[in-house]
Amino acid sequence: MSTSHPRAELTVAKARQIRRLALGMVYRAKQGHPGGDMSVTDILATLYFGALRVDPANPNDPKRDRFILSKGHCTGAFYATLAEKGFFPLDQLDTYMQPLSKLNGHPNRNYTPGVETNTGPLGHGMPVAVGAAIAGQIDQADYRVFVVVGDGELQEGSNWEAALTAGHRKLANLTLIIDRNGLQQGARTEDTAALEPLADKWRAFGWDVVEVDGHDHDALLSIFTAPTAGRTKPLCVLARTHKGQGISFMRDQVSWHHGVPNQAQYELALQEIGQ
Amino acid sequence: MSAEINAAGRYDCREAFAKTIEALAEKDERIVAVVNDSVGSSKLVGFQKRFPNRLINVGIAEQAMVGVGAGLANGGKVPFVSGASCFLTARALEQIKADVAYTNTNVKLCGMSSGVAYGELGPTHHSIEDFAWLRLLPNLTITAPSDRWETEQAVKAAAATEGPFFLRISRMAVPDLVRPSDAMFQIGKAETLRQGRDATIIANGVMVSRAIEAADQLAASGMNVRVVNMASIAPLDIEAIRSAAETGAIVTAEEHSVRGGLGGAVAEVVATSCPCRLRILGFPGFLPTGSPEFLLERYGLTASGIADAVRQTIEARKAA
Ligand SMILES: Cc1ncc(C[n+]2csc(CCOP(=O)(O)OP(=O)(O)O)c2C)c(N)n1
Ligand SMILES: [Mg+2]
Repeated sequence: MSTSHPRAELTVAKARQIRRLALGMVYRAKQGHPGGDMSVTDILATLYFGALRVDPANPNDPKRDRFILSKGHCTGAFYATLAEKGFFPLDQLDTYMQPLSKLNGHPNRNYTPGVETNTGPLGHGMPVAVGAAIAGQIDQADYRVFVVVGDGELQEGSNWEAALTAGHRKLANLTLIIDRNGLQQGARTEDTAALEPLADKWRAFGWDVVEVDGHDHDALLSIFTAPTAGRTKPLCVLARTHKGQGISFMRDQVSWHHGVPNQAQYELALQEIGQ
Repeated sequence: MSAEINAAGRYDCREAFAKTIEALAEKDERIVAVVNDSVGSSKLVGFQKRFPNRLINVGIAEQAMVGVGAGLANGGKVPFVSGASCFLTARALEQIKADVAYTNTNVKLCGMSSGVAYGELGPTHHSIEDFAWLRLLPNLTITAPSDRWETEQAVKAAAATEGPFFLRISRMAVPDLVRPSDAMFQIGKAETLRQGRDATIIANGVMVSRAIEAADQLAASGMNVRVVNMASIAPLDIEAIRSAAETGAIVTAEEHSVRGGLGGAVAEVVATSCPCRLRILGFPGFLPTGSPEFLLERYGLTASGIADAVRQTIEARKAA
């Protein structure tokens, strides 16, 4: 992978660390969603370590950029990212899904700094992101709003209701990232309720669309850090990803949606991810 | 009448649900399954293999799933609409109200992995409000089976009875109850599993075997406690509640919020027609993270928790 973007060296290293941490969390908790954790990791790493204006010391700063993980089942990667960023101590990750842990299986803003809104039921992030973007528009604030959805998640109608509003209101401060790994819980999206042609759908709803390799840090960084000044529409980043990215036996395998590695698999996966 | 707990094993009621639907579908071509990317979690992989054209996976779209179910019923099918109870009932509540209950369509809603089966996944995935919000809807029959046998009976009854149903199917493993050979499942009828005069425990779903164990513990200290399995919440067996009130103390136990569920239904009857001491056991609100068993224990939804509540309720009555 080329790392010509000035921040790419850092984000690639962080992504490796996030993958290791997330996998360890799933391994110890004996549950979780490693497939989707791995597919969204490079998006999270480039956002948090290359683009988002957020301050772990002041997580509720009204001027902060907003990030919403709508595919809330991927807390392995999300909590690991927040901890790496400094929102809470790294050793807290060991409590993932343990009794009374603050690190619930799905993110809860009342327990975990850095979480903007509680997700878990799919199809909730987009409307909330649209609301946050409208608030920013009303206040002429310069914060941006980012939301990540799963591709299977896009089968929920609420996304499209929110998409209409965002297009209608020309929310140029809003960026949607679709984690287009092609798989949902039980099968391929195209074998369940097909989404393609997906880019055309977003264009038809009044959005700009950019397609990208969702594991290419240079490409992600240049999209996320591009100036927003000339924008007149919300932006949809259609990120082509692989479920289980970084771990050969998980890659593109639907069974790893919520599979849990055994010890040998865990060790092999850590080796493949590297230090 | 008496039922014993078969200690030989514990079972996920989804398996009995799926097995029964497959057997029924073999004989009745009208039976179809409707799912929201939940083929595996509804245990319908076998159904899909056998009847590929009769499994409709609408994707992750619960509102459409329930509406599609109503449309299939309109076309003469008998749809079993099956998904995780939390999303099926919460996300599609208006479809359930308008397209199923109000329109009065022959739709069988099957809420999988109800209660706190998804303990560690948190309150978004707990389904501890479903009795409350569905109990308000006219025309809808609501059943929460206690074991494999009752799950099978409830599925058969739903298939055989025209009209809207909600079946609340547990994933948390439960033992089989050994019932008398003439035991019958009847919609709207409570099942007395232990006779008793000193107090009555009314339970359903995963709490029934725990209620029997509680009665056994209390019997060891000389208390004679009735156990009633109230699998049907709607229609409600009002006579069974009036009769329970005659024992002077009722404790209800459910894998649900303390508000609006089984306890709420019993309280409505007790308060308006047969006042007696009543204690409602269930969950207080949004729950912390933890395994299903951890959560049940934390909120006293165990055999000893129920037994303690019965003792306290009897004491309170005596003290009054
Ligand atoms: C409303 C709702 N329905 C069903 C689920 C169960 N569920 C959790 S993850 C998932 C699949 C999600 O697929 P996708 O959005 O593609 O995510 P990814 O592939 O990134 O894991 C499903 C069906 C849910 N969380 N919320
Ligand atoms: Mg996906």
